[in-house]
Amino acid sequence: MSNNNKKWFSLNLNSRKKQTSSTCGCGKTSGGCNSHTVSTQMSDEEFLEAAVDASIGEERKKDGFDQVFEVKMDRRTAFKQLTASLLIGAGAVSTSCSVVSGEETKEKAQIDWEEQFKGNYKLMSDEEKKGTVDRLVRSYQLRTGKTISMSSKNAEEDVLFGYAFNISKCQGYMDCVSACVEENNQDRNSQMQYIRIHEMKDGKGFNFNEADDNYYHEVPAEGHFYMGTQCFHCDNPPCVDVCPVQATWREDDGLVVIDYDWCVGCRYCMAACPYDGRRFNWSKPEVPEAEMNHNQHYLGNRMRKKGVMEKCTFCVQRSRAGKNPACVEACPTGARVFGNLLDPNSTIRWVLENKKVFRLKEDLGTEPKFWYYMD
Amino acid sequence: MRRLRVFASLVKDSLDTITHGSKKYHIWMAFLTFVMLVGMYCYSIQLDEGLSVTGMTDRVSWGLYISNFTFLVGVAAAAVMLVMPTYVLKDIDFKQAVLIGEGLAVAALIMCLAFVVADMGGPSVLWHMIPGIGVFNFPNSMLTWDVLVLNGYLFLNISIPFYILFRHYQGKESNPKVYIPGAILSVFWAVGIHLVTAFLYQGLQARPFWNNALLGPRFLASAFAAGPALIILVLAIIRTFTEFKIKDKTIKKIAMVVTVAAQINLIMLISELFKEFYAPTHHSESAYYLFFGLHGKTALLPWIWTAISLNVLATVILTFHKLRNNLKVLYFACFILFVAIWIEKGFGLIVPGFIPGPYGKIVEYTPTGIEIGVTLGIWALGALVFTILAKTAIKIETGKLRYKKK
Repeated sequence: MSNNNKKWFSLNLNSRKKQTSSTCGCGKTSGGCNSHTVSTQMSDEEFLEAAVDASIGEERKKDGFDQVFEVKMDRRTAFKQLTASLLIGAGAVSTSCSVVSGEETKEKAQIDWEEQFKGNYKLMSDEEKKGTVDRLVRSYQLRTGKTISMSSKNAEEDVLFGYAFNISKCQGYMDCVSACVEENNQDRNSQMQYIRIHEMKDGKGFNFNEADDNYYHEVPAEGHFYMGTQCFHCDNPPCVDVCPVQATWREDDGLVVIDYDWCVGCRYCMAACPYDGRRFNWSKPEVPEAEMNHNQHYLGNRMRKKGVMEKCTFCVQRSRAGKNPACVEACPTGARVFGNLLDPNSTIRWVLENKKVFRLKEDLGTEPKFWYYMD
Repeated sequence: MRRLRVFASLVKDSLDTITHGSKKYHIWMAFLTFVMLVGMYCYSIQLDEGLSVTGMTDRVSWGLYISNFTFLVGVAAAAVMLVMPTYVLKDIDFKQAVLIGEGLAVAALIMCLAFVVADMGGPSVLWHMIPGIGVFNFPNSMLTWDVLVLNGYLFLNISIPFYILFRHYQGKESNPKVYIPGAILSVFWAVGIHLVTAFLYQGLQARPFWNNALLGPRFLASAFAAGPALIILVLAIIRTFTEFKIKDKTIKKIAMVVTVAAQINLIMLISELFKEFYAPTHHSESAYYLFFGLHGKTALLPWIWTAISLNVLATVILTFHKLRNNLKVLYFACFILFVAIWIEKGFGLIVPGFIPGPYGKIVEYTPTGIEIGVTLGIWALGALVFTILAKTAIKIETGKLRYKKK
């Protein structure tokens, strides 16, 4: 089949120049490929750890929105910070002036202030993106003493991510679900999950109505097959159009992402999504520090706040670093395939060209970049 | 300069007016304040804990707040049914009712905005939505359209009555050349606010229950029934408790408006039911859930059947001239019609949109106590705002409140 033949889907994939150094060029038909270079971002972690531990040992368990707003402090610090904030609020001075004595308190207040009134990530220049990421990393350091690495890596040229799901292979083990939760720092209390595995009865076809997406028994169950759903990263995403503040958008590599700090929490996108792809933080998300994934991306798995939307980002922190999403890597059956749709040698392209693929609810015109196929 | 002095005096006089009144008035205001305080307490819990204190979940992500918002947009839009005959068609009968209607619209709009803010996950970053400072996703997002039309309508409904009352306060006649263009504009605007609010839901291909061409027109019909019905009830109360004279003729004319709107609404309901149940498709499941329940989940059944029976009963009563012209029966009919449409356009519309979910999952929704507390608090806020506006307006209109006439 020619590379220019696009009859299996209407995305205009070949419009741009093809690139050989792709995300996933291993050519294997199933499973996660191991041909990636893992970029390690080790910094002077140990030094900082010791230093910050000495200064603020107790506050290390905080995460999420707490990083910024619920800092444990004695009355004196509290008053200092309050005074500082008030003074800034009045527009009288910036916190960097020596209103208060403690360097760290000053820095925290400065960061909080700048974070509260920063702009929309989508519209930021690269320096501004780096600025907010540095602030968040520093803020986390000040609060917990732990160093996180947070990336603000933009979409690469000639990359368009796509995903395929082999219905014949999936056995419903849900390893992908756990890997996803661990990778993406999802709230443990509400047991938020991006992926839903639907257990369907053989002989009934794709009958979602009678499927069970919340099973607790040994799998694979006799007479059943399994089908996973998550955010499909539509090329024409209804959720993006409806957002009143453009807090969610489609990146150039096809990922539909959210700026958690810009979201106002109206949940209009949730009503607009035909695929149940979006989740809301009904209360403050919490992840135990020991389970925290410190390798983060601004648009991906950094800690969310209370009252904002979140969703699958195809693990932007991994995919833009040349790795497979956590669900693909965790799948023991090789039912999940991920890669660059613009790379003719990628596995995903092989699947799309050689298998009989289909997508869910195609009549809605959303153009998902998530295909299903069978052996 | 002189105008400013008159304005300052008006503010002072109205403050004086709203703080003085009969014992019943004080009890009423104290009661509303108490309910508002309870609502604020509930809201403080919600702010602290997050929206998890409400009954909403990832499966049913809009509930009581958005339901009430939707309904109240209709009430606000209905003020137009009084504005049009008075200012545009020059039908004098409505003139006194119109100020009340516009006051009602202002109160309803304030409640709408309060409900939207209560529903937000991050009210502290709502400035992101202010054009200029934030990012306003216009014209793509229907929510931004809604923000524009609601605030515009609020401005119109504050400025027109304010101009008229301000003139009357000084003992002058208001100049029709000033307010008639505004009144005509508000007629179109009122249709706009309700249509845009309907489009908010209608435009979602993900929710077949809402993605329905009749939704907008039916919003209008039900709004023009429920809104004037509420105005009739309010006028009845004002007639009893104040010296503001409202002729029977006025009320009967408004009743005519309610009747026609209720009849059209019923026809549209039949059309909707026919489409959903004559040849049911996969997309009729939400309607099945609403009217008959699905897989043993029947939470909305008592509500919707109450609404339908009240709706039919009210429409039948209103249709017969003899019954409608009996004011006692009319008030009863208006009351049950109002309740019926509140249920139907409230969570009879919003909740089934989410049930069953995109993959057929049925998770039901029940509001929590905190959610109900906040809702009642916002209704009390609306009632308080309306009482204040109406009391001042009535005092000016009856000639008791005049500049330098102290």
